Amino acid sequence: MSFLSEALWVLLLGSLLGLELIGKVPPTLHTPLMSGANAISGITVLAALTLIIKAGNDGNTPLLALGSVSLGFALFNVVGGFLVTDRMLAMFSRKPARKENR
Amino acid sequence: MSSAVVVKYAIDLVAVLLLALGIKGLSKVRSAREANRLAAVAMALAVLGVLVDSFAGGISASAWSWIIGGTIIGGLLGAITAQRVPMTSMPEIVALFNGCGGMSSLLVALGVALFPVMGAEGESRIVEEISIVISLFVGSITFTGSIVAMAKLQGWLSTPPWMQSKARHVVNIALAVVSLIAAVEMIRNGGSGLWLLVVSSALLGIGVTLPIGGADMPVVISLLNSYSGVAAAAAGFVVGSQLLIVAGAMVGAAGLILTQVMCNGMNRSLVSVLFGGALGASSTASGGGGEYTNITSCSVEECALTLEAAERVIIVPGYGLAVAQAQHTLREVTRSLEAAGIEVAYAIHPVAGRMPGHMNVLLAEADVPYEQLKEMDVINPEFPATDVVLVLGANDVVNPQAKTDPNSPLYGMPVLDVQQARTVFVVKRGMSAGYSGIKNDLFELGNTSMVFGDAKKVLGDLLGELKELGVGKK
Repeated sequence: MSFLSEALWVLLLGSLLGLELIGKVPPTLHTPLMSGANAISGITVLAALTLIIKAGNDGNTPLLALGSVSLGFALFNVVGGFLVTDRMLAMFSRKPARKENR
Repeated sequence: MSSAVVVKYAIDLVAVLLLALGIKGLSKVRSAREANRLAAVAMALAVLGVLVDSFAGGISASAWSWIIGGTIIGGLLGAITAQRVPMTSMPEIVALFNGCGGMSSLLVALGVALFPVMGAEGESRIVEEISIVISLFVGSITFTGSIVAMAKLQGWLSTPPWMQSKARHVVNIALAVVSLIAAVEMIRNGGSGLWLLVVSSALLGIGVTLPIGGADMPVVISLLNSYSGVAAAAAGFVVGSQLLIVAGAMVGAAGLILTQVMCNGMNRSLVSVLFGGALGASSTASGGGGEYTNITSCSVEECALTLEAAERVIIVPGYGLAVAQAQHTLREVTRSLEAAGIEVAYAIHPVAGRMPGHMNVLLAEADVPYEQLKEMDVINPEFPATDVVLVLGANDVVNPQAKTDPNSPLYGMPVLDVQQARTVFVVKRGMSAGYSGIKNDLFELGNTSMVFGDAKKVLGDLLGELKELGVGKK
């Protein structure tokens, strides 16, 4: 049961950390923050990877395929999420490279 | 403990630290962009950690090919989508990404449920079953809910009439009960009840999200974002990854806070967003509605003349501006005003636009200097000293009822005190009510004039008029 009790502590501390981390946010950043947090929630890539590796060792092809699809979905979330957040935040830079002749 | 395991622990710790710093940094304008990159690096490290850990046990060639295949397809599609999507569609795209994250957790849990590869036995088998059930349940709701949210925001989907009636509560409760029964069945007997759980929770996600109005959608997306964190944490229990549990829990908790902040901005409780939809219906009965009398409307030309004579102008952008995609035209108008020596500021209500902060992104895209965007608490004392306020497609956030009428459903919601300015122009397509369905007393005030028309068209005409008047000519 050691994994379980450790895992529950980790869950508790992680939750508390999450509650503390974004106490005060200027409204400006709500959308980018939501988008960034969303990208981080794509951390299920780790679960997908673990599943694929296990399935590979067992030679379980259906599970390999399932894990691969899961990995694809998660990476879509991660890569897209981080890039789109970056695009949004790029617009906030204080010294913008002004495009005067639009 | 083999060296690979030690390396993995080290990598995991660094990754958690960077993720926490990333979320923290994302909440400050100065550090936000670096923080986002930091979080991305943390994610890459976490992936490396899993690979290092598994390397000792060996990763088969077939596993590699499936990993690379999934990575290329998912990553490439994500990158392309992120580059192509227009800024105005941000809320939809966040919903889409979020739904895919939920789907990923769902698939992992499904895989472990169908093929018990994790080798858990005895008590840990029960823990695994419970985690699988939670992951399936939350993952399904996140996926269908996010996709419905996206479709509604895109206008692909509208709410069928029966979904707005009380009947939907009966249906949703029934679905929740079925999900619960299936979940219990699955934990007790393993396996059976699996598909029933997936289908009923998927339908529940649709049933809960579909009746929610477009303007409430950001709150729902934020909540679903929190759910996808929970789903990830549950998947962490399933595959035994503490890093996954921490990261999922952090996102889940942070998403919850963000949801609460958004609700506060709209003076809505989370319960009423999810189960109400009642705001519009009840308000007309409680006397908040009613016909408008004493409306003054004016032409774009009059508006231009007043602006020309002003010294200080405040722009109040809202949902209508975002929908009309008029941010660039607005920027041209304010440029010519500034060139004429008129002081311009933008009053940003916390929930202006389609999502909190969305308006800032849109205006930043149109090259509006960050310093000119003023938050509500900063700008409110400045309205009495302002000559002209230009309200562009905003409604409820400038309704003085929120401060004057204790019976109004809006009462208590923080609003912008635009009526204290000398002249207020409200650019609006027609006299229809805002999303709350409440009459706006501002429109009847003596110093308010309505300029009817689509925000983009009105601003275009206004620009023409200002040019004719020679405002801002060098």
